[in-house]
Amino acid sequence: MRAYVSLALAGFRRYSTYRQAMVAGMATNVAFGLLRMAVLVAAVGQAPIAGYDVAATTTYVWLGQGLMAVVVLWGDKQLADRVRSGDVVVDLYRPWHLQSALFAEDVGRAGYAVLVRLAPPVAFGAVFFPFRWPGFGTAPVFVISVALAVAVSFGMRFLLNATTFWLLDNRGVQALYTALTWLFCGLAVPLAFFPDWALPIVWSTPFAAMLQAPIDIFLERGSPWPLLAAQGFWALVVLAVGHLVLARAVRKVVVQGG
Amino acid sequence: MIEVRELRREFTVTTKVGRFRRERRVVRAVDDVGFEVAAGEAVGYVGPNGAGKSTTIKMLTGILVPTSGFVRVCGVDPARRRRELARRIGVVFGQRSQLWWDLPLRDSFELLRAVYRVPKADYASRLRECVDLLDLGPFLDTPVRQLSLGQRMRGEVVASLLHGPELLVLDEPTIGLDLESKERLREFLADLNRERGTTLLLTTHDLDDIERLCPRLVVIDRGTVLADGALDELRAEVAPERVLVVDLEKPAELVGLPGVRSSRVESNGLRHHLTFSRDTTAAKVISAVAAQAEVHDLAVVEPEIDDVVRRLYARR
Amino acid sequence: MAESVYLKLVGARLRGQMSYRTSFLLQCVAQAINQLAELAIILVLFNRVSALGGFSVAEVVLMYAIAGTAFGIADMVAGQLDELPTYIRTGTFDVLLLRPLGTLAQMMASDLHLRKVGRIVAGLVVLAYALSRNDIAWSAGTVALAVLAPVSGAVIFSSIWVTANAVCFWVVDGQELANTVTYGSNAFTSYPITVYGPWLRRFFAFVVPGAFVAYYPSLALLGRPDPLGGPALLGWISPLVAVAAAVVAGLVWRTAVRHYRGTGS
Repeated sequence: MRAYVSLALAGFRRYSTYRQAMVAGMATNVAFGLLRMAVLVAAVGQAPIAGYDVAATTTYVWLGQGLMAVVVLWGDKQLADRVRSGDVVVDLYRPWHLQSALFAEDVGRAGYAVLVRLAPPVAFGAVFFPFRWPGFGTAPVFVISVALAVAVSFGMRFLLNATTFWLLDNRGVQALYTALTWLFCGLAVPLAFFPDWALPIVWSTPFAAMLQAPIDIFLERGSPWPLLAAQGFWALVVLAVGHLVLARAVRKVVVQGG
Repeated sequence: MIEVRELRREFTVTTKVGRFRRERRVVRAVDDVGFEVAAGEAVGYVGPNGAGKSTTIKMLTGILVPTSGFVRVCGVDPARRRRELARRIGVVFGQRSQLWWDLPLRDSFELLRAVYRVPKADYASRLRECVDLLDLGPFLDTPVRQLSLGQRMRGEVVASLLHGPELLVLDEPTIGLDLESKERLREFLADLNRERGTTLLLTTHDLDDIERLCPRLVVIDRGTVLADGALDELRAEVAPERVLVVDLEKPAELVGLPGVRSSRVESNGLRHHLTFSRDTTAAKVISAVAAQAEVHDLAVVEPEIDDVVRRLYARR
Repeated sequence: MAESVYLKLVGARLRGQMSYRTSFLLQCVAQAINQLAELAIILVLFNRVSALGGFSVAEVVLMYAIAGTAFGIADMVAGQLDELPTYIRTGTFDVLLLRPLGTLAQMMASDLHLRKVGRIVAGLVVLAYALSRNDIAWSAGTVALAVLAPVSGAVIFSSIWVTANAVCFWVVDGQELANTVTYGSNAFTSYPITVYGPWLRRFFAFVVPGAFVAYYPSLALLGRPDPLGGPALLGWISPLVAVAAAVVAGLVWRTAVRHYRGTGS
């Protein structure tokens, strides 16, 4: 356990060295937030949609801008690159469980991202635009929800990267994943805006657990418990599947020598 | 072929001072370098890391523009007429590739033929010759990403020769190669220089490269030329010693070896490091050792190029 | 003769990228899905409202289709400029300088993003549909505009890409800022510029000439006056704006490469 805590701390530190990139990233983030907000406010400004008025919409936009870097919404390639180059053998023979080690590192990364990626856009949104803060009771629930969202996202990305053990080039899968996430995680429009017939479908994907769920909890849209339950379910499923896939992959690497 | 006088190149480096302040500093990577290379020569351009070798090469090939000074390569100012020069010289970088990594070698060569507008007949004959000499035939249809480093380097060299350059510039061509690949490449380059008269300029850390290929050596350190001459002359001049490492069958003490200045004993007398000077030969030392004890294995360690350079520098 | 070199380079890319066929096809599909996902978002919004910034669903889809197609083409041709920092860091850019060809043309031709074909095809399909759903007074002029608008848009986007990424020659970490401008202008141009506040509009519509990609040409196609009071002429000059943008981009690139090689610094 100590080892994993150190890994999480190292993950935190590693990302905190890219300070200049962070400032640039913040500018990008704010610019995209403004663009997205303009379109959505143009829509809800006429009349609230599915319970989203202007304040809820701006809160949704800035919270989404902040969370998307905490809960990485696109595929990452680190493990995939190491698999392709063969370096993964080193990782597999270390005395750790690779998935847990990477998860620990990702938790550290997410912790750092909460400070520098989540806080600034939320503060920006809260200062300059109408903003809806939740009650005190919601805060701890929101924190748990974000943690679960990170777990689901990590699990999905791990599976995505693990495909490299079988496909030499997994860029196609990566691109597909990013396209689907973008549409179904609730980043582009709130999932509640989808037509009624589509709602059960979009809410039953793991993508909803990655972004829309914590946002809805923050906005106090209905009871948080079903959302948390769904997030917990997906976190368990993707991490468990990841564990099984890794075991298969290890056997493959060991048998074929990489 | 190459003419360089009072060549200088400065870079502005920003370093962090404290948490927020930054300091701008001008660093002279190349400072008053001058040398000439005649057509048909083979010259080694050596020096320790950060000496200014790569910066000089970049100025010779037109990638970088000098801060001041005079450069002519093939009679052309590289900075002003980069594209014209590109058709007349070939450049091989040991650590960056000019091949298309996901295409077979043959396709990369075809592309370069188009890029350099090489007539079909010339291309075919040059390719055939290079491929034969470098034994690349079996790999022509392999994607570059699947080649070993040695095979890839041979491919790089062919790629830089397809347009029949008058001058071939090689930056660390043998770095990371296995012994056999190194040997084959050296043989090929020596041939190229001798038979076709292609001028060679190469930077390297490997003294064997110089020994095999370059009768002449330009040594550079901290941006300036330290020495210019034949390798043997330079080596004799600074007289660094060589070391003979012998492993004996049984522990023994070795005494009275000719020319041996100092010795170090390891493994309870089984391994001896014998430092000997230039006024004796390895053969003499070996036979003296063999007369005293049964030799299991031996190796002669040449001074590193860095060592030679360090001595040259210390001498100034 | 010189053109055939670039064609050969492009052909080589085609073969290289096809060497992982399944992955390549999946990437094409993903690009098409990306494009259609943006359409889906617009349709989802219009499921709940009847107008956005004073424009109907068919009109917004038309703007989006022109912008999306243009961006797809630009992404295919100029998208690899995103790799410029990597080119510089690994010395690959030096290799380009060692060849007897221009650096910009080499960068564009030697790593064409063919998978973006998926995005372009999806964009064209939506464009055809949007053109048929809107009430357009077809004439020689509007036909020419319908064809020229995505092409001019592509040139404008490519110029933005070149100009923004040239920053990386000066600022090593300039990538993110460049992305803000390139991908930001894509996000901007897919909707009528009337939905944005004055500052966003000034920057993305006129400093970066994003309004000329889809907004003004769409107005001209639809025969609608500009709600913001711009003259009708604006709808027809996108090709000229494209040429101007390309000239600026060329000059910026030249200056940037001169800076990289150390002339006049």
